[in-house]
Formats: sequence, C-alpha cells, structure tokens
Amino acid sequence: MESFVSDDHVESNCGTSSSSSSSSVEPKRKRRRIESSDDVEENEKAAYRTVKRWRTERDQRIYSSKLLQALRHVRGRSRTRSSWRGREVRDTADRVLAVSAKGATRWSRAVLASSLSLRLNRRHRKAKVAVAGCNRLKKKTVETITTKKKLPAVEKKLRVLGRLIPGCRKASCLNLLEEATDYIAALEMQVRAMASLAEILSAAQQQQQPPADDRLGANIAS
Amino acid sequence: MSSRRSRSRPSGASRITDDQIADLVSKLQQLLPELRNRCSDKVSAAKVLQETCNYIRNLHREVDDLSERLSELLATTDTAQAAIIRSLLMQ
Repeated sequence: MESFVSDDHVESNCGTSSSSSSSSVEPKRKRRRIESSDDVEENEKAAYRTVKRWRTERDQRIYSSKLLQALRHVRGRSRTRSSWRGREVRDTADRVLAVSAKGATRWSRAVLASSLSLRLNRRHRKAKVAVAGCNRLKKKTVETITTKKKLPAVEKKLRVLGRLIPGCRKASCLNLLEEATDYIAALEMQVRAMASLAEILSAAQQQQQPPADDRLGANIAS
Repeated sequence: MSSRRSRSRPSGASRITDDQIADLVSKLQQLLPELRNRCSDKVSAAKVLQETCNYIRNLHREVDDLSERLSELLATTDTAQAAIIRSLLMQ
C-alpha cells in the first residue's frame, strides 16, 4: 500500500499544483452525496499519506537523484565562478526539496517564490512586486480569528516558529502547526539524503586517490 | 440547500479548531525525538512549541554543515564520477 501511495505522487510529478487543486475540487462534490463513512476513509488515507510522506526510502532516493541533477546543472552553469560555496548547495537543496513537495504546502511555495524572485531581480526589478502579489493570491489558507484566549508565552513561541518556517510569518495557529509537521519531516529527509550523498562522495573520492594501493585504500576509507 | 447560520459560524469554527489544535500538537510531539517517550499528558503546548523551534534550528544547522561538506567534496570530484554515484543511488 505504501508503494501504491508513492506511485500516485510520482505520477503527478510535473511540479505544478494544478493536479492537487483539481483533485481537491472533486472530493467536495462527492461529499455532498455520499455518507460520512467515506469521509472517514478519506481522512484515514490522508492521514496515512501525511505520516509516510517523507519517510519512504523511495522518496529519499528520488530526492537524492534530483538533488544530484540540480547540483550538476548549477555547476555546469557557473563555470566562471571560482568554487562551490556552502550557501549555493544549501539553496539548491532547499529548492529541490520544495519542488518535491509539489506545492501542496505553504513553505514550499514560499521557498520557490523567493528563489524565483531572486532570479528575476537580476534582470527586472519590477517583476519582484508581481511575484509577491502572486504569492498572496495563491494562498489557500483561511486566517481564522480565534476567540479562545491564548497564553502570551504560547503566542510568542508561535511567532518564533512562524519566523523559522519560510513563508509562515502571518499564518494562523492551525496552519502553522500543520506546516511545522510537514516541514520537520521534509528537513529530516533532506538531512538523511545529504548525509548519505556526502558519505558516498567521500568514499568515492578516497577510492580515487590511491590507485596503486587499491585494496588497502578501500579499507582505510572509513 | 444550505442551512448555515452566519452567527454561529465563529464559535463553531473555534470549537472545531480546538480539537484540531490539540491533535496537531500531539502529532508534532510524536515527531520530536526528545518528547516522543514522555507521556502526552504531562507535556504542555508551550514546551512542544519550544522543542519544535529548537529542533528546526538544529536541523537547519545540520543542513548548513552538510552543505558545506558537500561543497568541499563536489569541488574535488570529477563530473564523470557523478554519473557513477547516480547509478549507485538509483539502486
């Protein structure tokens, strides 16, 4: 069942959020006709999908290969610049992560919008305003006015959390918590993928260097 | 067709969101490595949020460190090796 769910994600891999928005329109029509039992099923499926979303090995492998492609692409483009900087790698990794999210979450949209506005800024200054306006229009979340009194400590922490997660400065409490759960799972996957990539690269590099002592060199590698 | 009353909407919405907030907080708590083992009753929402912020900062720092390391490694490896690595990853 796990592979079935991830296949669904891979099928709609074009990177646009149109597929997710069209699929959200249809269940609304169905819910009016069908009883609540189907609602429960859909909720369970959605919950299962969110739990396993960034955890499967397949997701990690897809992310790693996309990251590698993106890194090679960036490297091919910036031949004139001297060397790799950590900041570039970090931005590339974040961008690939946001693309893997397929625009379903707020932080992924904010990351992509910010990287897009950076690129547009180099050519046209006016385009930045247009992108910012677009970002606000794309916002799907409703800001609820909670009548419940919240403790100031909790409120302060919510604001700090909103600053940490990209694009969630003005999100409501509910959206913030949802975004946080997804963001943490995505970051964990990013860390796992980058760590394994670094290990593979360092192992490959160490094998490359001593060509004569091949057997001994491989043993000393770790 | 619609029997909605606009007056009861705000209070109705807050009643729903209370449960949802508690649910999300517990879900968040399950994700955090520090709070996973403790009883969910003893942990307040403020503590969960604090741990969440700390955890996200830690993850950011790890990503920064890893990207520094990757940038150093990528500067010295060849592009031909990247193809080998990709084939290793796809298995």
